Amino acid sequence: MMVLAIPLAWLQLTREKIRLVIALAGIGFAVILMLMQLGFRDALYESSVTLHHKLRGELVLISPQSNSLAAMKTFSSQRLYQTLGVEGVAAVNPIQLDFTFWKNPQTRRTRGILVLGFDPKASPFDLTEVEQNLDQIRLEDVVLFDRASREEFGSIAAMFDQGQRVVTEVSGRKVRVGGLFTLGASFASDGNIFTSDLNFVRLFSGRSLGEIDIGLIRLQPGVNPERVSQGLKAALPNDVVVLSKPEFIQFEKDYWATSTAIGFIFTLGTTMGFIVGTVIVYQILYTDVSDHLAEYATLKAMGYKSTYLFKVVLQEALILSVLGYIPGFALCLGLYELTRNATALPLFMTFSRSLTVLLLAIIMCVVSGAIALRKVQAADPADIF
Amino acid sequence: MTPEAVISIQALNHFFGSGRLRKQILFDVSTEIKAGEIVIMTGPSGSGKTTLLTLIGALRSAQTGMGQELQGAPTDLLVQVRRQIGYIFQAHNLLHSLTACQNVQMSLEVHPQISKRQSRQRAVAILHGVGLGEWINVYPHELSGGQKQRVAIARALVSQPKIVLADEPTAALDKKSGHDVVALMQQLAKQQGCSVLIVTHDHRILDVADRLIHMEDGRLSSTTKTATPV
Repeated sequence: MMVLAIPLAWLQLTREKIRLVIALAGIGFAVILMLMQLGFRDALYESSVTLHHKLRGELVLISPQSNSLAAMKTFSSQRLYQTLGVEGVAAVNPIQLDFTFWKNPQTRRTRGILVLGFDPKASPFDLTEVEQNLDQIRLEDVVLFDRASREEFGSIAAMFDQGQRVVTEVSGRKVRVGGLFTLGASFASDGNIFTSDLNFVRLFSGRSLGEIDIGLIRLQPGVNPERVSQGLKAALPNDVVVLSKPEFIQFEKDYWATSTAIGFIFTLGTTMGFIVGTVIVYQILYTDVSDHLAEYATLKAMGYKSTYLFKVVLQEALILSVLGYIPGFALCLGLYELTRNATALPLFMTFSRSLTVLLLAIIMCVVSGAIALRKVQAADPADIF
Repeated sequence: MTPEAVISIQALNHFFGSGRLRKQILFDVSTEIKAGEIVIMTGPSGSGKTTLLTLIGALRSAQTGMGQELQGAPTDLLVQVRRQIGYIFQAHNLLHSLTACQNVQMSLEVHPQISKRQSRQRAVAILHGVGLGEWINVYPHELSGGQKQRVAIARALVSQPKIVLADEPTAALDKKSGHDVVALMQQLAKQQGCSVLIVTHDHRILDVADRLIHMEDGRLSSTTKTATPV
């Protein structure tokens, strides 16, 4: 009632236009910093699971000792074929993967690349180009190359598209590129090649067809994955883990979040943004309170309680946080697009992140406001009268 | 000759500091101000005038002798008392972010029984009363010193307080506007029947007073019956 009548907080903030703009710029900057840091973090996690998203299947089997795509432990393909006996399972596809060296055909330099081998009867990926080129990888020593691999592997896609015969050395074996697809580099791999399971064991002499890394399970239409998963867990010994596709994605993200410095680095960056913002808002509010100290003392002399003045300062803090968030958010959308174009990272604004940062901005301003309140206490009417 | 006293002080002592630094500011001060009376208190700087004013205005809690319940009063009670008193400061102390009218309304907002519309009407009316009818929606920085002080008077009187306290209200004004301002206070105070206590150094305004009191070294040393206009 008292607060609504004359919006003192709003009037005081908008009275000093330049100061308001500077304050909003500072808060917007902190908001951008937080949104960018959290965005980078999520984008990096997201980039590590592009392969997972493309998997054509509802459930996967992996070894309980596997950590991530970069550190997989093999298990017997027997376990995967066993699942065909479980109700609801329609088809399975064994996937083998390993890292080896790819020789850049132009510079003759080698670089580590991720090789995936699978049964060419059916593509385990939702990638039409892979589907169309299954015939190619049935041939001996023919692979499909990821055109979104890093440039260091050579301009393979350009050579292939020009109709050149692209032949190079992988793992010391001569292979030919029989087709292209688009997936993208991730933390684990700078580049990817796909081939048949047979070609895979040709490339990796230590591996056999019976030892696989991921068992992909496709379910019959309309069955509940959760129920089949329960059935599989009951039917299989505990030398394999059954995961749904979302669980498999989360499993990979968790690895990068908890076992690497990424989570820490970007959380630290976000914290820095928060602290910078808090300091800026505190400075603004402190100056504002100092400027109005005589006025606040006057209000106290007129019979206003300290709580009224506290409310004014906290309202100013809230208004600042929301007003500063809006331009920060808008600018960040542009920066996200800029980053997407420059780095091919899957950096998109999500609702939960925008909400998280809005809350952080509000907390930031309220914390600064609370510190600035001590200055309000100093507005003693007995001293100014 | 029997208007009741709205301010009554008996044997008021006041100290600043504590321990060895404790210093007595007011000594055995007693006075009464009757309803509708305009009293001017003069005295040299540091004599304790302002301290007495802040005690009467409930800006500090009294230590001894404040005949009323204000002795060592809790903040909440002080706040209640403050709402019944109008203040006029040496510097006008208007809120820069508010218009003249909003400044006046601020003084009504502590009284929850006054609606927003009433508050606006009363503020506009009293601004007309102080001759600022054309300056209602103007910000303080656009007003002259005298005009600002008139807004401050309007703010002090709009809630129709029983007591108005003014601390050097003319200090920042030239002779003409200073006298206008005090004459206005006198006129409004008489209309509303409220008592006014003015602390001042300014001898040019003594003529408005019904009674003069003089403070020296913390003692109300002399009480002149009536001011003699120059």
